This record gives sequence, structure tokens and C-alpha cells, in this order.
Amino acid sequence: MKAMVKIMLRPAVLDPQGKAIAHALAALGFSGVGEVRQGKLITLELDETDAEKARETMKEMCEKLLANTVIEDYEIEIEA
Amino acid sequence: MQSAVVLFPGINREHDMIRALELASGRKPHVAWHTDTELPKGVDLVVIPGGFSYGDYLRAGAIAARSPIMRAVIAAAEKGVKVLGVCNGFQILTEARLLPGALMRNAGLKFVCRTVKLSVENDSTFFTNRLKKGDILPCPVAHHDGNYYADEETLKRLEGEGRVVFRYAEGTNPNGSINDIAGVMNARGNVIGMMPHPEDRVEALHGGEECLPLFLSIVEEVAA
Repeated sequence: MKAMVKIMLRPAVLDPQGKAIAHALAALGFSGVGEVRQGKLITLELDETDAEKARETMKEMCEKLLANTVIEDYEIEIEA
Repeated sequence: MQSAVVLFPGINREHDMIRALELASGRKPHVAWHTDTELPKGVDLVVIPGGFSYGDYLRAGAIAARSPIMRAVIAAAEKGVKVLGVCNGFQILTEARLLPGALMRNAGLKFVCRTVKLSVENDSTFFTNRLKKGDILPCPVAHHDGNYYADEETLKRLEGEGRVVFRYAEGTNPNGSINDIAGVMNARGNVIGMMPHPEDRVEALHGGEECLPLFLSIVEEVAA
């Protein structure tokens, strides 16, 4: 099955890259843009067929490597 | 003093580090490769130098921190062996959770390569015992992800326990690090990480040798 992890800086952590994107959007004339934050999307193909088991494994992957939980939050999505 | 320098693919500052360690101690450091599962026997100090291990993929230091040799480094640190991480080495030590906090993208988003003023904040560590609190050392930095971050509680503990070893002084903070933090240590005091490169300010050819006493501090500490 296919799985996806969305990784974002924690809300309390400043995101200078997001800020630079917001400035660039404003410079292009896009008005009405509030806070912009940048993250990462990682897609994985898993041999596992049980969605619950896949989610458990993904959680472990996130805690051990994919996210740095000191500064990042993660969200796991499993494609049915 | 016997030291070991740990190498990962993409590390590129090991020659400067090996030279500085040899200059201070008179002994050539061992070199450990990332696939090694053990450190050379009897080392007093393990150093992780700077560079771009694994091309900074995922996060700076993230992949290196999970490589086989790091399990040996973590085990050695738990036994009290001294560990020093510089630049990418600092990033690897935070990713390995040997040091608190994280190194984020520089606040100005640009790679910075310049000489900063480094203030010694704690003069009783294995890397600073030959200096005095408040000493200011010129020291080069060269990094893209040196913006030190720790949550409020961690920061309070670091400051309260004197675990901020170095700060950027006199408005030279190059990366937006919280509280101008340039280097920190663990609770036990045997693991130190810093973004600046003291190994590049130890001989006349570097423009000055102001950072040599840092390396002499380790030699003295190990001999004591």
C-alpha cells in the first residue's frame, strides 16, 4: 500500500522559509496572504497490507528518523 | 590524549580537525568510518567534524545520526568518554539526542561564511578550562543550518545549569540562534557541540591561534 507523511515545523517554531515565501508572494502582487509555512511530504510504498500495522510502523519511522520531534510534527496518511 | 575522528560520507572538514588535534596533543587521531560498529580502543575523545554528511538530505545530520558508528559513540558518551561535535558534528549530536535542541535553517536563509566573535560562557568544561568566562575569541563559521533552537523549558534548564558553553558576542550572531547560543553541553558535561570552527583558528596561517587553548584544554583535562 501507499503511505504519506506530512512533516511541518511545530507551531511555536519560527519558519523563516515560510516567511520568505510570504514576502515573495506579496512582491508578486498576491494580497491577503497571512502566515505561510513550509513543510515536507514523504511518500512510501509498503509491502504491508494491514492499514493499522502500516500506521504503527510509520509512526515508528517518524519517531526514529523521518521527523525531528524537537521541532517538527508529523501526520500519517495511509492510502486505502 | 588519544582521540578519534568520526567520518561520514560528505564530511569535509576532517583534515583541519585532525591537524588541530595533532597540533595540541602531539598524537595523530584515529579515524573511525561510519560503518564501523566500534570505536578504536582506549580513546579519550571522539570528534565529529564539519561538512555535509549525506548531503544534508532529510535534515542536516539526520542520516549520519542513525549510522552504525553512532551507536558506538552514544555508548561511549554514556560511559563518560568526551565527545565534541563541530558544525555538522553539532547537528549530528542533536539529531542523535546526545545534545538537546535542534539546528534550523539560518534566520537570514543564506549560507554564512565569516569570522564571528565567540564568547566563552562556561570556563570549567573539558574544552574551555584554559580560558576565562567572558573571553572573546575570533572564530570562523561556515553553515546554512546553524540557527539553534530549544523549547522554553529546555532553554531555561541549559541557561540555569551553565550548559551554554559559547555565545556569539557583540552582535555577531550570524544565524538567529536563540539567546545567541553558539555551543552547548549535555548534563554530564562530557558532550559539547558548537557551530563555529575553532579548528580553523589554531595557527598563524589561519590569521591567528586564539582557539588553540580550547584544544589544549582537552589535553590538560585528559592528563589530569
